[in-house]
Amino acid sequence: MSIVQKYAISGDDFSRAGEASSAIKNKLKQMGFSPEVIRNVSIAAYEGEINAVIHANGGEITVTVEPEAISIVISDTGGGIPDIGLAMQEGYTTASDNIRALGFGAGMGLPNMKKYADEFDIQSEVGKGTVITMKIYAKR
Amino acid sequence: MIIKEISNLLDCTVLCCEEHLGSDVHTACGSDMMSDVLAYVKDQAVLLTGLLNPQVVRTAEMMDIICIVFVRGKIPDQTVIGLAEEKGIVILSTKARMYEACGILYESGLRGGANV
Repeated sequence: MSIVQKYAISGDDFSRAGEASSAIKNKLKQMGFSPEVIRNVSIAAYEGEINAVIHANGGEITVTVEPEAISIVISDTGGGIPDIGLAMQEGYTTASDNIRALGFGAGMGLPNMKKYADEFDIQSEVGKGTVITMKIYAKR
Repeated sequence: MIIKEISNLLDCTVLCCEEHLGSDVHTACGSDMMSDVLAYVKDQAVLLTGLLNPQVVRTAEMMDIICIVFVRGKIPDQTVIGLAEEKGIVILSTKARMYEACGILYESGLRGGANV
């Protein structure tokens, strides 16, 4: 059995970024997943949510919960990433000083997502948007 | 170390969740870059920061960080405090600067926890 849930990521209010990840975290807690699994999902989803707000004016998170794994798909219709290899490097960022003043844009978002996910895939097309798919195994 | 000891060592004002001052803290980190905080998982940690926006509380929530210390006498606004209250995260404010505050806690036995 799997449960699929969609959350909109609002692009116009940075202070609200993280609300979707918070809702996902609460849901997984109720379902009894281990704290480590919940934390990995939360961090991966949160970094994705922040990225969508910063770079793509919002997007959507779809979470699929199955007994053996949790899948997160973060999609946006932003400007896309011209060089994914470069974007995956720790410390590489195109975020503005404004974003850095808010505590993000250190070039750690994508590497962090990859680090916390057991499976990670990124597809992006310039001018069309980006889709990140992550899977975290439920080691219950 | 319990949160109450951190509060005493740094001469803090408690801004919310006083009922959790008896909770145990095992590690700490000090940063104004939330992505750096998100890069290293720490167990039952305290976060020291000079950044004041709601994303500090969101970051703490995702990381299971149980206490945030705002350094340099900074006081966050009610939105930030309200969010922390909702999540059960203790908020402290100290007049100490970041370097000083981290030094005092480190010297008192609270280590970083992340592998260097």
